[in-house]
Amino acid sequence: MTSGFTPPLIEFHKVAKVYGQGTAAMRALDGVDLSVRAGEFVAMMGPSGSGKSTCLNILGCLDTPSEGSYHFEDVPVERLSRDQRALLRRHFIGFIFQGFNLLNRTSALENVELPLIYRKVPARVRHEKALEALTAVGLANWAHHAPGELSGGQQQRVAIARALVGQPRVLLADEPTGNLDSVRSREIAAMLREFNRQKGITIVMVTHEPEMAAYADRQIHFQDGTITMDKQNGETP
Amino acid sequence: MLWETFLLAQRTIRRNVLRSSLTILGIVIGVAAVITMVTLGSGATAKVTSDIASLGTNTLHVRPGQGMRGPGGARTSADAFTVEDAEAIRNNVAGLVAVAPTASASSQAIHGSANWSTAITGTTNAFFQVKDWALARGRLFSEGETKAGKSVCLLGQTVRKELFGEASPLGQTIRLGKISFKVIGTLQEKGQSGFGTDQDDLVVIPLRTLQRRINGNTDVQSMLVAVGDGVATTAVQGHIEDLMRERRKIRSDQDDDFHVRDMKEIIDTLTGTTTVLTALLSAVAGVSLLVGGIGIMNIMLVSVTERTREIGTRLAIGALEREVLMQFLVESVVLSTFGGMIGIALGLCAAGLGSYFIGVPFVFKPGIVAASFLFSAMVGMVFGYVPARKAARLNPIEALRYE
Repeated sequence: MTSGFTPPLIEFHKVAKVYGQGTAAMRALDGVDLSVRAGEFVAMMGPSGSGKSTCLNILGCLDTPSEGSYHFEDVPVERLSRDQRALLRRHFIGFIFQGFNLLNRTSALENVELPLIYRKVPARVRHEKALEALTAVGLANWAHHAPGELSGGQQQRVAIARALVGQPRVLLADEPTGNLDSVRSREIAAMLREFNRQKGITIVMVTHEPEMAAYADRQIHFQDGTITMDKQNGETP
Repeated sequence: MLWETFLLAQRTIRRNVLRSSLTILGIVIGVAAVITMVTLGSGATAKVTSDIASLGTNTLHVRPGQGMRGPGGARTSADAFTVEDAEAIRNNVAGLVAVAPTASASSQAIHGSANWSTAITGTTNAFFQVKDWALARGRLFSEGETKAGKSVCLLGQTVRKELFGEASPLGQTIRLGKISFKVIGTLQEKGQSGFGTDQDDLVVIPLRTLQRRINGNTDVQSMLVAVGDGVATTAVQGHIEDLMRERRKIRSDQDDDFHVRDMKEIIDTLTGTTTVLTALLSAVAGVSLLVGGIGIMNIMLVSVTERTREIGTRLAIGALEREVLMQFLVESVVLSTFGGMIGIALGLCAAGLGSYFIGVPFVFKPGIVAASFLFSAMVGMVFGYVPARKAARLNPIEALRYE
């Protein structure tokens, strides 16, 4: 870092997402400009239907913008095919979800190994890395338990281990504490901040709880498909 | 990666043993049925072939035509042959081992209080040569007995049992109708013929005796011709036909009023029948394979729906469409081939038991086992494709939120 300038990891230019056609058309996102630099911890807030989840889906290359352009590390995502976007996710993006989305009746370790299987990592290396990732979230002793045997907080930690095991450029979290009580929620949020501070992992988190958003460095508020506020935490808008 | 997919598939299958077993039941039954049918069918064919071979394979059967239409539509029978016809064939056609003129009648055979209705064949010693039929005890006809038409007889095993039981019949006298015959020998047991008749239920007497004393004519009703090994039966058949046309004075524009039949043709006809029957039954069994395939498709579709969130998660993690397709395709192929293997094992067991109980040889056909295995794999592939494609094309966003 020579001049303190970090090139944006994620860059939205007038991104819009339109559902339906003609008069029934619904603009879930309406001309959003947004950039996220590597190492940031961003919280996206807003009421339901405000466009924050749509924004996250596009960020995660699960969805494509109807209008505008999206560059992920200078790659124009809107021009990629479905498979190319899948490869982008495989190598550069980690996800955690409100519902954890772990595979049932599959051990925590195997769940964490999943992204590495798709990256064709040999089995032995896979085991080591997955165990390492589980250790990092404090679940080394639970490696061989199925998700059903773990508490919600533990399940979300397994999901975090799974998202981070492949060392992605960005971790996208969709209401990661939505299904947890306040104690577990704070644990998860603290853990995300810890990873962000210690390992420099870029995190974009959708939440509707101001308490969770407070753990982030930057808050972006959505309303009716547009950004109404974008501020660093500690600033007054 | 394919190995990983295979491991994943068999893990998924083992997670729900009951459902997986029910899923493959159709395939199991279908394959087992096909294997059983084909194996039993081959056994039946082998049995028919060996039974008919016991009648003598290199044998031609010369018979007068029957059921021909005479003037005014009346059914007439062509003239019978004569002993001279048989001699002419023996002397003029090359490559023959023996020619046996035969005539037959049916009669009550009586010995003491025992009474048995049986068939009487009048012939010469050549008959035993053509039929490759050895004596159990006693002797054949002497030349004098044949020529003079003496009242002597040889008994088939069934007649011997019915008339004499355990006692020795040699030298004893039996009555056929009103005429007494001296028993000079017994024939070895031949068992049932391929047509299901008892070949041992007969009494053999000299042809001349039968003609004169029972039938009261000089007719020879059929001639059995044994062709030498390595001689083409079709050529011999042609020669006999030419000779008979000449002797029976058939004009060149008239059809034959007799037939010369090759026992090989009869074998072909009969085995043809069993083959067709086997093919039909197998086709019916094959339908259950199809139904089994639909069962697999049904369960795979349910499974895809149930695992929508899993698929969504895999897609989000970066699984390619073709990788998800492969996952489900491999799963259904593993299921169906596993069903195929169980079906093959079951089918072979059932065929083994079946062949034991219906008394046909167990004929193992590796071809049909391999074909069933491949076919069950194919069923998995064909019927697994639609569910697998459905999984691969899911929209990841909707799949992730699916409850």
